[in-house]
Amino acid sequence: MTRRSSLLALLGFLLARPLGALAAWNEQAFGAKTAADALKGIGASGAAPSKDIVIDAPQIAENGAVVPIEISSNVPGTSAIAVVIEKNPFPLAGRFEFKEGALPFVKLNVKMGETSDVRVVAFAGGKQFTATREIKVTIGGCGG
Amino acid sequence: MAGPMKMRATASGGTTEVRVLMTHPMTTAQSGQALHFIQNVTVKQNGKTVIEAEISQAVSRNPVFSFRLKGGAKGDKIEVSWLDNKGETNTIETAVA
Repeated sequence: MTRRSSLLALLGFLLARPLGALAAWNEQAFGAKTAADALKGIGASGAAPSKDIVIDAPQIAENGAVVPIEISSNVPGTSAIAVVIEKNPFPLAGRFEFKEGALPFVKLNVKMGETSDVRVVAFAGGKQFTATREIKVTIGGCGG
Repeated sequence: MAGPMKMRATASGGTTEVRVLMTHPMTTAQSGQALHFIQNVTVKQNGKTVIEAEISQAVSRNPVFSFRLKGGAKGDKIEVSWLDNKGETNTIETAVA
């Protein structure tokens, strides 16, 4: 191996490592085609209803391609929040893990194929809590 | 392919609000195009990971996220990076204003 190629190999190795560390993606849960399977995939089948999860979203979304949803959890010790759009072809939209230093809050834009309940799960102290909010969609947005 | 990112981080009242925009097609399987979407988003504060997200193709094109961090002071370094299903990645860093 020349000095140059060994340097390139080392560089490749160093670049690949952080990417590898980032690459955790729950294929089973994201590939689920029903909300029940998605919840099972993230370990939230037994989530208890909670009024301490706040979902701020429009009642009616005129454009299903961009539906703004703001979520915060007042459940003490919330360490993660997941968003499940029950009637989407693949219901699980995201899972956000909040470590020391972050507040359990996220605002994002999602696509919705049709009117659906949006279910939010908060993970806290080994337990799961959930709340839903219906969003009516006049023009679906899954073709994007 | 990794388009530009934009980010703003503002400290006020004991929290830091981070708003980040990513340029990405976020194409779904339903669109008839190749599935191409961001899967992982990581937020770091002064080099320490504070938020790790896994997302799906249901996140809208050119994703915009807002996050909130505890505390934070002017000049703190906030870094956000993403990784998509094709292995493309991008990172932006900004100082808290």
